[in-house]
Amino acid sequence: MGFEVSDGTHDAGRPRLYRRPMPLGWWLQNGAYFRFVVRELTCVFVGLFAVLSLWQVRALGQGAEEYARFVERLGAPAFAALSGVTLVAVLYHAVTFLNLTPTIVVIRIGQQRVPGWAIAGAHYAAAVVLSGVVAWILLQG
Amino acid sequence: MARNPTPLMWTLFGAGGMLSALLFPIHIFLLGLAFPLGWLEGPSYESLHALVTHPITRLYLFAFISLPLFHWAHRFRYTINDLFQLKQGTGIVAGICYGAALVGTFTAAYTLWTLS
Repeated sequence: MGFEVSDGTHDAGRPRLYRRPMPLGWWLQNGAYFRFVVRELTCVFVGLFAVLSLWQVRALGQGAEEYARFVERLGAPAFAALSGVTLVAVLYHAVTFLNLTPTIVVIRIGQQRVPGWAIAGAHYAAAVVLSGVVAWILLQG
Repeated sequence: MARNPTPLMWTLFGAGGMLSALLFPIHIFLLGLAFPLGWLEGPSYESLHALVTHPITRLYLFAFISLPLFHWAHRFRYTINDLFQLKQGTGIVAGICYGAALVGTFTAAYTLWTLS
């Protein structure tokens, strides 16, 4: 991550990092900065869906009527639109995250390093298989 | 707790990022869109209730809720620092973010433990 900011608390006695002054809108200056910030902000939607899932479990525990009201609320236009945006943001998170797996996961077979495309591909395959399992369980009725 | 919490926080960030990358899209599509909007027929209350109260599903949902909250906390913390170029107050931002993830984790544990 190229944008780690020194918190300044560990600099005592050491030369301080030079920080180039940047305008507050630095991330709007070019496409790479903008995509970086969009990627980082997808975490808001990841957190949002985690909270929504917790809320849904709670509704499920409150009985059939309360749960039906919860699902009905999810189907309201505003909520459905939010789910649509959440899906797009989380897909962007998924693609950027899985594309980074080769830099983090290093597997060697003998002297040979398993190529990046194979590692990323395996993670994409895992996503497809797991999605299939979840869909299969939930579509049982 | 280790003296430097950063490796632990990064590990939780990575685990939550991986879990949400692999599993969130299908959950959002089915439970957030397809079932509420009637594109597909969702499970009945009884079968969903039986599924979610199963011990394995409870554990699954605990990880499903908790780890992505730590993913959010870690990433959001640094995004706030970078977006606003904070020189002070980064400790407060970190405390609020990780604290919120902890509160969510305890709430999830309690909710799933007492779910009947």
